[in-house]
Formats: sequence, C-alpha cells, structure tokens
Amino acid sequence: MPLLWLVLIVLALAGAGYVLGRQRAMSSAGGDTRHLHSLPVYYGSNVAIFAAMPAFLVLAVWLIAQPLLVDSIVSADIPATAVPEGSTLSLLMSDVRRVADGLDLAISQGTIAADEAKTLRADATDVRALLASVGVALGSDVNETTLSAAQEFRALTGTGSMAMTVVVLALALGGFAYAYSRTNKDFRARNVVERSIRGLLIAAASIAILTTVGIVLSLVFNTVEFFRLYPALDFFFGTTWSPSFGGGSELGVLPLLWGTLYISVIALAVAVPIGLFAAVYLSEYAGAKVRAFAKPLIEVLAGIPTIVYGLFALLTVGPLLVKFFGSGGTFGVDWMSGASSVTTAGLVMGIMLIPFVSSLSDDIINAVPQSMRDGSLGLGATKSETIKQVVLPAALPGIVGAILLAASRAIGETMIVVLGAGAAARLSMNPLEAMTTVTAKIVSQLTGDADFASPEALVAFALGMTLFVMTLGLNVLALYIVRKYREQYE
Amino acid sequence: MYDNPNLERKVAQAESKISARNVQVFYGDTHAIKDVNVEIEARTVTAFIGPSGCGKSTFLRCLNRMNDTIDICRVEGDIELDGENIYDKRVDPVQLRAKVGMVFQKPNPFPKSIYDNIAYGPRIHGLAKNKADLDDIVEKALRRGAIWNEVKDRLHAPGTGLSGGQQQRLCIARAVATEPEVLLMDEPCSALDPIATSQVEELIDELRDQYSVVIVTHSMQQAARVSQKTAFFHLGNLVEYGDTDQIFTNPHDPRTEAYITGRIG
Repeated sequence: MPLLWLVLIVLALAGAGYVLGRQRAMSSAGGDTRHLHSLPVYYGSNVAIFAAMPAFLVLAVWLIAQPLLVDSIVSADIPATAVPEGSTLSLLMSDVRRVADGLDLAISQGTIAADEAKTLRADATDVRALLASVGVALGSDVNETTLSAAQEFRALTGTGSMAMTVVVLALALGGFAYAYSRTNKDFRARNVVERSIRGLLIAAASIAILTTVGIVLSLVFNTVEFFRLYPALDFFFGTTWSPSFGGGSELGVLPLLWGTLYISVIALAVAVPIGLFAAVYLSEYAGAKVRAFAKPLIEVLAGIPTIVYGLFALLTVGPLLVKFFGSGGTFGVDWMSGASSVTTAGLVMGIMLIPFVSSLSDDIINAVPQSMRDGSLGLGATKSETIKQVVLPAALPGIVGAILLAASRAIGETMIVVLGAGAAARLSMNPLEAMTTVTAKIVSQLTGDADFASPEALVAFALGMTLFVMTLGLNVLALYIVRKYREQYE
Repeated sequence: MYDNPNLERKVAQAESKISARNVQVFYGDTHAIKDVNVEIEARTVTAFIGPSGCGKSTFLRCLNRMNDTIDICRVEGDIELDGENIYDKRVDPVQLRAKVGMVFQKPNPFPKSIYDNIAYGPRIHGLAKNKADLDDIVEKALRRGAIWNEVKDRLHAPGTGLSGGQQQRLCIARAVATEPEVLLMDEPCSALDPIATSQVEELIDELRDQYSVVIVTHSMQQAARVSQKTAFFHLGNLVEYGDTDQIFTNPHDPRTEAYITGRIG
C-alpha cells in the first residue's frame, strides 16, 4: 500500500475518532456539557491523538530503520568474492538498489509481471535492456549476484512494507478503540490531552537538540579523519595555506584565522560605535515620530542580502579606497594594489552589522526602567550624564550580548569576504592588503570536484570545527559577562 | 488645638520657600491642575493629600520641573523658589533639580555600589575636593539617611541588594548628599512595610531642621504624623491648605471633611 494512503487512512481514523469521541462523551453526559469533566473538544482530541500519534511515531521510526536493516541484511549475503576488482561493497549496493528500483518501476509500468520479476535470471534476460526500456539507465550489465541481491532486496522491502502497513493500521485502530472505550463523562480527557501536548513539545525540542548533536558529531568525526591524514600540529601552527589537490598541500590555519579576526575586528570597530550611538539617539533623544521611521529604516540594512553588500564592497568601497591609498591616489602613497582588502571587507561588514548592534541595544536601553532616569534627573544630572552613568551601565550586559552576537555574525560571514577581501591567505599587518577568512576557504575547498577522502577536502570540516569552537567560545563568554554583571546589578 | 508647640514655633519663623501662583498644568488636552496657589514654608514638612488622580504628584513634579521630561505636559502660572521664577527661560532645570531634590514612590537605587549611589550627585556637581572629602560627604549623607549603621561595612556592595526600606532610605540619603534646599517626596512609603515606614517617617521629621520637605501621601495618618502643613487636592483643585492640625480637626471645606472622614476618595 502506498505510503500516502496509509497516512490518509490514519488521519481519517483520527478525524473519525474526534467526532465519535466527542459524541460518546456528550451522550454519556446526557447532552449537558456541565456534567463532563472536560470540554467535549478534549474528548474528541483524546481519541484522535491516541489513533494518530503512536501510529505516526512507529511509521516514522520504521521508515528510517527499514532501509538500514534491509541494506545490512542484503549486503551480508553478498560474498566478498563477488565484489569486482577496484570497486567497493557500497558501490555494488547502490547498483543493487538501482536494479531493485528499476524492477519496481518496470512492474508498475506493466513491462513485466510481478511474478516474472521474482524469477528473473541474469543469464536468461537482458536486465539492462529491460530496465533501459522503462527509463532506468545502468552503467554496466547486470550480473547474477547483483540481480539476486536486488531480488532479495525487493522481497525484504516488500515484506517490510507490508508488515509496516499492518502494524501501523493495528496501532491506529488499537489506539482508537482504547481511547474510545475510556471516553465517559468522568474521564479526565483534558489532563491526558495536555500531557500529550507536552510530549509533542518535548519532541520538538529534542529534534532541535538532536540535529545540533548530529551536526557536531559529523564535524568531529570528519575532523578526526582529517587529522589522521594531516598532522594536527601543522594544521594549527602552520603559517602557510596552499592546498593543492595533487598532494603536497600545506594547510596551516593561522593565516585564515588571522584574516578572520582582522576583518571581524575592523567590522566591529565600525559597527559598535555607530550602532551604539544610533541606539542611544533613538532610544533617549529621538521623538516618537523620528523613532517611528528611523528605526525601521536602520533595520532595513539587516534585510539586505549579504551578496549585495559584497557587490557594494567590490564595486564601490574597494575602488574608493584605492583612489585614496593606491598608487597615484589622493594621499600619494602606494599601500593598496587592488580593490580587495581587509579594510574593504571590514568596512562593508561593519555597515552590515550596524542594525544588529543598534536594534538590540535600542531594545535593551529602552528596557532600563524610567525610574532610573527619573532618579538621576531628580538629582540634577543632565541627560547625557544620566545616559553615561546610569542607563548605559544598567544596559551593559545586554549591550555586550548584542556586540558578541554581532561578532559571531562577523566571524561566520562569507559572501562579503569572498567579494571584498580577496582569496589570498596571508599573514600580514597591512589592513589594505588582500586576505581571506576561514569561511571563504571552506567554500573554495568544497566547491568543484572534490574527493571527499583527501585531506584537501576534509580540511573544510576541521576549519568548520575551528569556527564552531570560536563562536561557541564567544557565546560562552557572552553568557559569562551577562551573568557576572547581572549579579552585580540586580 | 492651639497649644500645639510645633505650631507656635513655626509661626515664629514662617518664611516662604516656594510660592506657586495660578498654576495650571495640562497633559495634552487634559487640564490636570487648575489654578493652584500655595506657599510652601522653609524648614517645614508640607503634606499633599487627596484621592488618586487628583493631581498632587503632578503638582509636586512641577516644583522641580520633572514634568519637562514629559513631552505633552504644559505648565502655566508662576512658581517661585526664593522669589525667583523657576519656569523662567534663564533657569536651567538641571541646576534647579540640584536645589530641589526628589525621592520617588518606588525605591530606585542605581545599579551601582551603595557608595557610588550616594556619591553620584556630589560627583556630578563637583561638591567634593578629593577622595577623603567625598568619603566624608557619603558618610554624612548615609548618617542623615539613618542607614549608616546598617551599610557602613558594605559600602561597596550593590545598592540594589538592600531591602526595600533600606533602599528607600538610601535614595533619601542620595538626595540629601546633593545638599538640596527642598526635598520632594512622592509617596515615599507606599512600597514599604510598617517598620520601614516608621523609620522613614522619623527620618523625614529629622530632615525638617534643614530642609523644606514636601511629601505626597495616601495615608492620612502619615500626613498627620509627619507634617505641619497640609494641602488637600481634589480633581485638580487645591481645595484647602492650612496647618495640619486644623485640616484634620476642623476642616473648613466640606470636601476636605468628607475625604478625611473617609466619605470620598
């Protein structure tokens, strides 16, 4: 039975359960809702939840587990000698899956009968031609091992799907019957429904957490894999970054880290003062009317795609800087050779970060109670004394949080760097020279035809891990600062 | 009633500190204060009483121009401090507020240490010549605020860590540290328990020998206990103003009598 039908049947059962459960509850109370423990809608929902939730849960687990199980059973049956020279078991298994899918397709199109597919033999039929006729192209002729494995694959999958359908329907019906039988006017349906809702919320939270764990684990495993191929010491302390897929790469992370930090520092040096001053103006001095249009206008900056900022860096800011600092420029110095430079990317990234700093800081400054300002003004302090000595210190933990958030954005930013800072990994103090960052190099290592077993591709995971640890460290630091000041101030 | 010793002492030295004439206050289109005339005497505690929303806090905030911070608020009429109109264009509201201190309804210590809370005003106004001088000012203010003994060992602990009553006395000490001439108090005890209230009331009584104190209160017992003069506000009008004893024992206006006997408000 197709999956869609199964889902629809379970949903229909749940819908029917809702109506019937509600009716049963109402009739048990003699049609008067005041005699029910819970509102009728809870009785209906209770039956619907019991019909649908366990069934869908099992369905989801089954859909994930079955292919893994079938794969491992079938591949265990393939003799090691059957794997051709220069190939691997996993390549063979993908052939097997392809043949199995092709046979399914052939049956559904009526090219061969279902029984025929089971007894098909590679020496008697040209399976490759058969599958090609239904639109499945195979790279090579199908040998006996592959075909029989594919047939076993189909058989197991068929049995599994059948079993899944039966189990899911049984669960749905069983849950329906159980919840329906429990429905009477004294049954505490509301409590049960609320417990189920709590379960749903926990499940949602777990998905987010599990995904994070999964991503971190994949980073960790691939990083370990990378360090098996490339010495960790050379990675962390190497000062040269020159990957070459032909071998003999030098993959020192220091130039990339330096570029990342340099650009981020310049970006923050632009964004923090401007953003903070804008926030102070908006929250303390601007009238309601100015605020009403200025704040959204500043926040528009946050909505501009970073690639547009990148263009702005490449086409406007870079050439402008060259006009000042390049050879024959306004200042008569020759410090800048091309439009791409740390300053170009840093300036533009700083502009991108202004709304982050200003918008968050503005909210935080507004959250400082008016009584603090009144207290200071009542002592004869001026507005700016009040802001400097009372409002900003009270808002400091939040402002630090906003700045660190902006820093995380700066460290993770890619597009502006690619277009504005150039691609040369370099350790240099000159802010007008082209450099590059960790993120930009991750992109360049993984784009194109990368062999995922080579250190040149795997280094991307190590770089990702480094970034992750850096932003994690920043977040921990932000939390620490916020907590420390909170202890002092509240 | 006329043999009250307080009253006689006061009559002997009655001198006007603040005099308000024909004061009108508008919030947008709302006429919040209507034609208020009042003379607030030096070295006296003056209580403003009246039902909620009658304008007593609004009028109090006119006395140090705190209403300037509210955009839609407009004040008309004359308010003179020592014969000088405080709404004159040449008057700097910031200077005025240093002379007319204010204590608010809810204790609002700054998120700083106890020491820094008190030193805030003196530092801004440059009242201390050096660190020792500042230490001295802080100690004197805390003593005046009747909280020195409780906090002298933890001057550098955060002011927000004190109890509500201590916080309010800290705020009073903070206001006193700036050496104001008038102290405005907007329901200073409304967030406090009875014990803290009585401590603050004692403090107010002691402050009287140096400052004019104007206190807004909802508690008529409190007004009777701490004040020598009482003003009764109703619906934006100053209904009656006179000696506290006279207001509470022999009010001239029927509305005052109705309020203090609990029939309105």
